[in-house]
Amino acid sequence: MDDIRLLIDFGSTFTKVVAVDLDKVEVVATARVPSTVESDITVGLGEALKKIEENTGIGDLEEREALACSSAAGGLRMVCAGFVPELTSKAANLAALGAGAKVIGCYSHKLTQQEIEEIEAASPDIVLLSGGTDGGDEQVIIHNASMVSRTGRAISNVIIAGNKTACDEIRAIFRDNSKNVLYTSNVMPEIGVLDVAPCNKEIRDLFMRNIIEAKGIARAKAIIKDVIMPTPSAVLEAARLIADGYGDAGGFGDLIVIDVGGATTDVHSIAQGKPARPDTIIAGLHEPYEKRTVEGDLGLRYNLDRLLELVKERETPPNFDAIVKGFHEGKLPQTGEEKACHLLLSCLTMEVAVSRHAGRIEVVYGPTGETLVQHGKDLTHIKTVIGTGGPVVFSGNRREILEHALFREDNPFVLKPRDPDLYIDEQYILYAVGLLSQVEPEKALNLARKYLKRI
Amino acid sequence: MKKAPTIITGTVGVDAHVIGTKVVSRALRDAGFNVVELGMQVSPEEFINVAQETNADAILMSSLYGMAELDLKEFNEKRREAGLGDMLLYIGGNLVIGRYDPKEVEPRFKKLGFDRVYPPETDIVAVIDSDLKKDLKTKGKM
Ligand code: B12
Repeated sequence: MDDIRLLIDFGSTFTKVVAVDLDKVEVVATARVPSTVESDITVGLGEALKKIEENTGIGDLEEREALACSSAAGGLRMVCAGFVPELTSKAANLAALGAGAKVIGCYSHKLTQQEIEEIEAASPDIVLLSGGTDGGDEQVIIHNASMVSRTGRAISNVIIAGNKTACDEIRAIFRDNSKNVLYTSNVMPEIGVLDVAPCNKEIRDLFMRNIIEAKGIARAKAIIKDVIMPTPSAVLEAARLIADGYGDAGGFGDLIVIDVGGATTDVHSIAQGKPARPDTIIAGLHEPYEKRTVEGDLGLRYNLDRLLELVKERETPPNFDAIVKGFHEGKLPQTGEEKACHLLLSCLTMEVAVSRHAGRIEVVYGPTGETLVQHGKDLTHIKTVIGTGGPVVFSGNRREILEHALFREDNPFVLKPRDPDLYIDEQYILYAVGLLSQVEPEKALNLARKYLKRI
Repeated sequence: MKKAPTIITGTVGVDAHVIGTKVVSRALRDAGFNVVELGMQVSPEEFINVAQETNADAILMSSLYGMAELDLKEFNEKRREAGLGDMLLYIGGNLVIGRYDPKEVEPRFKKLGFDRVYPPETDIVAVIDSDLKKDLKTKGKM
C-alpha cells in the first residue's frame, strides 16, 4: 500500500481534503464539501472522506493519521491590548496575526470601561495583553489585567505577554479568578526588539487545547488525528518552509504569499526587509522576519465597500454597479462584462493589500540634504511572489492580477518587489504543505515545488 | 535598594553626530544606570513613545548640528500630553548654529521644557555626578 497522507482544512464555508502520496510526492485526490461546523463537523468531514475513499481506496488507517487546520466557526478571534500604539500594541498585534488569528480589536493605553464592555461584547477567543518593556512601565498592563479580570464568561482565555516585572502583581489579580490565564515572554522585551515566537506558540497551544474544543471543532478527532493550527498559520508555515528550505534542500529564498479571499486578503512575507541602501535609517518597530497582515476591509464578496470607494477614482467597465451587486449576492463572474469588473476589483485588492503590507520610504530634508527613512520592510529585492485564493487562482487573468503586487515607478516610496517570478497555488495546496511541514518537512517542500505553478 | 533609574539617550531630529551620544551612554552605563540607547536621528515622537513604554526617569538628548530648536518645537506640549511631565530632560551638544553664548541660549531651551541645558564639550562624567544623581534623588527616583 502506498503511503498516503490526508490533509484537511475546515473552512467557514467548505471543508477541503487533499490526499498526498508521500512516496511519489503527488496529490492523488482532493475533495471539497460544505462545512458542517454549526451542526456537527464530522458530518461534512465524513462526506469528504467518502469521496476520497472512492477515488483512492484508502481507509481508517490513513484517516487516523490525518492532520487538519481550521478557520471554521469564525477562526481564531483575538483582541490585543498594549500600551503605546506604535510599540507594544503593534507588537501584540503582530504576534496574534503571526499565530494565524483574526484580530477583531486592537487597543492602546489604559482600557476604559467603555472599551472593556466593547471587548466583552465581541467575546474574543483570546485576549492578549502586552505593555511595557521588561523593567519598564507596569501601570498600563496591570490596569488592563484588572479590567479584564472583572469581565464575565465572554472572556475566558487571557495571555499575558508584557513587562515581566508586572507579572507577580497580575498573578495576584487573577488569583481567585476562573479565567484561563497564561504567562509568556514579553513581545517587546526592550525597545527595538520584537520577540513574538514564544507568544505565537502559546496562542497556538491554546487553540489546540481549548479553543477547538469550545467551538465543536475537536469532535473531528473522533475520526482524524488532530486539528493542529488555524488555517492562516498553516499558510504561513508553508511560506516559511518554501522560503527557507529544509536541511540540504534549499528553498526559494525571500518571498511573499498573497491569499485573496471572499472576506479578507492575507499577505505573508518571509524576509528580513533590511534597507537596500546602507545609509537609510529604520524608523519604528523592526518588523518580524515572518510577517502576516490581514486586510479585513478587502474581500471580493463580503467586504466590497472599501474597494468600491477606491474604485471611484478609476474608470469602470459598463454596468459596474449592478454587476458588483451580483458578486455581493454570491454570483460568480461569467459574462465578459462581469469578468472585466471582477478583474478590476481583484487587481485593486492585490495592489492595496500588498502596498499596506510593504514598507515605505520617506525622504526627510535636513541641513545636509536628503535623508532616507524606512518604515516597515523593504521587499523590493524579493524574487518570489505566490498568489492563492479563489479570486486569483480561478481567474483567466492571473498574471495581470499578480502584477499588481509589484513595485510601481509612479509610486517609488512603497517598497514592493521589483522583478520577481510569479507563481500560482493552482491546486490550493499551500495549507496542506504547511500541515505536512510539521511531520514531513522535506516532502512538504517537494510537494510545493511540484505544484506551485510559475506563470 | 531601588532599581537603577532608566535613562534614554539619542540625537534628535536628523542629527547624525552619533559619537557624543555613544560616549554619554557609556558613561551612564558605567555609573550603573539602565540605559536605553536610541542612537542617532531619533524623532521627538520616538523619544516620547520609548519613554512611556520603558517608564524612563530621564532623557539625555544630544544635538550637534545646530537645528535643535526647530526639531523640538512642540516637544514640551507633546510630552506633557503623554503624561511625562515629571521626567527629567537634559540636552547637550552644539545647540544653535555657529559660536554662541550659552547663557543666552539656555533660557530658550528651558522654555522648551529642559531642566538642564549644557554648552558644547561638556564633561558628561561631571554632569552625572553633580547634577543627574542630585536631580533624581530630589525626585525620589534614586
Ligand atoms: C565628527 C563630526 C562630523 C561627522 C559625524 C560622524 C558621526 N558618525 O558622528 C560627519 C562628517 C558625518 C559630520 C557631518 C556634519 N557636520 Co559635523 N562635526 C563633527 C565634529 C568634527 C566632531 C563631533 C564629535 O563627534 N565630537 C566628539 C564627541 C565625543 O563630542 P560631542 O559630540 O561634542 O559630545 C560630547 C559633549 O558635547 C557631551 N554631550 C553630548 N551630548 C550631550 C548631552 C547632554 C545632556 C550632556 C550633559 C552632554 C552631552 O558629551 C560628549 C562627550 O564628552 C564637530 C566639530 C566639533 N569639534 O565638535 C562637527 C560639527 C558638529 N559638525 C558640524 C556640521 C555643520 C556638520 C554638517 C551639517 C556638515 C555638512 N554641511 O555636511 C553635517 C551634519 C550631518 C547631520 N545630518 O547631522 C558643525 C555644527 C555647527 C553648528 N552646530 O553650528 C560642527 C560643530 C563643526 C563646525 N565647527 O562647524 N560631522
